[in-house]
Amino acid sequence: MDSLMAPGTFLFEAWQARASLASGLGVTLLSSAFSIVIATVCGIAMGVALSYGWWWLRLLSRLYVDLMRGIPVLVLILFTYYGLALFGVNVAAFWAGVIALGAFATAHVAENFRGAVESVPAGQMEAAKAIGLTFGKRLRYVILPQAFRRMLPPWVNTGLEVVKGTTLLSIIGVVELLLSAQQQMARNYMIVEFYLLATVLYLIVNFTLAQLGALLERKTSYLRY
Amino acid sequence: MIDYHFDWSVITRNWDKLTDALLLGLLLAVISLAIGCIIGLLSAYARLSTKKWLSLPAWAYVEFIRCTPLLLLIFFLYFGLPEFNITFLNKFESFVLSLSLYAGAYMSEVFRSGLSSIPKQYVEAAKAIGLRPWQRQVYVVLPVMFRITLPAVSNNLISLFKDTSLAAAIAVPELTFVARQINANTFRVMEVWLTASALYLATAYIIALLLRQVERRYASIR
Repeated sequence: MDSLMAPGTFLFEAWQARASLASGLGVTLLSSAFSIVIATVCGIAMGVALSYGWWWLRLLSRLYVDLMRGIPVLVLILFTYYGLALFGVNVAAFWAGVIALGAFATAHVAENFRGAVESVPAGQMEAAKAIGLTFGKRLRYVILPQAFRRMLPPWVNTGLEVVKGTTLLSIIGVVELLLSAQQQMARNYMIVEFYLLATVLYLIVNFTLAQLGALLERKTSYLRY
Repeated sequence: MIDYHFDWSVITRNWDKLTDALLLGLLLAVISLAIGCIIGLLSAYARLSTKKWLSLPAWAYVEFIRCTPLLLLIFFLYFGLPEFNITFLNKFESFVLSLSLYAGAYMSEVFRSGLSSIPKQYVEAAKAIGLRPWQRQVYVVLPVMFRITLPAVSNNLISLFKDTSLAAAIAVPELTFVARQINANTFRVMEVWLTASALYLATAYIIALLLRQVERRYASIR
């Protein structure tokens, strides 16, 4: 045991780096969480606009979705990072990254929402209209519960994409898990070991997220129609 | 923003550089897709195999890659492989290797669902007319599968093309790298990033249009 933990061994270095790596992991989780929350809230709103909006609203949201899906996330992040300063908004790299990732994922959530809503038979909406429910109530009590289950798997996928996308924040200097691992490598040259360590941490986060998604899917399976 | 004056000359001056970079990204994406298709096809067959020693590694490969950030994979192969004395890969080859491995996992899922969606009767009919196992695959299963999976393959090509932007992180001079360089040299932020976005968008759109033509042409059999 002593020889395993002796100075210069990987375990020793990893133990030395535990605080930095943990804070990197924290930044990764935090930025993912913020982006996912933004994307879910804005994405559902945009999804409603995309499916039920006036024609100009539909057009605008369609334009937004297609724009976001055609531009690489890295370009969005760099654009936001360098561009926000021009608007006199002086935000930290972390927030520029969160905004860009959130904006990107919003488009995906909106598109998934539209797909899920359209998979609900049109008769459901008509029936709800016929019994005199308002638009909000039709959505809340009739359409959304049915669309929800269809939305879950792609929503979890978007979440995984966001977690993986936070690695791009390292390029604008946010010390998240990847950059924090790289900082350790710069110190001890244990390149393979620390990349593998980072990979394992990402795997744990993503597997957990995927399992949670699967659990949520099972729990809501009664919503099948 | 109020006193920002657009000066597009920085774009016209660097136009050749930008389009070269765009074409490089496209080339990297196409090569990676081609290699990824081969990896994906092999691992899709492996995953559908009843032999555990074939299906298990294929499953592990797909799940591992799908849960690993691409940027991490790129860095790992670029900086990590030389540690194992694998130094003959330059940054282009190293990037293509990462992107191909990444694409392979996604293509594997696409091909797996394509293979399992082929009606059993096709294979049985092929068996009935006396085709050998490999002939059944080559003449019956694969052509049908490729038609079924064409839309998913073209989606993958577009997302791989967007993923080539990550090559900027290891200084491959593709569009994002060049745009960032021009941005750093001239600080014409809006012009540079608007142009880069527009170029990516236009290319993705053109690829989508072209592939839709191909799909329309070959989608007749299902």
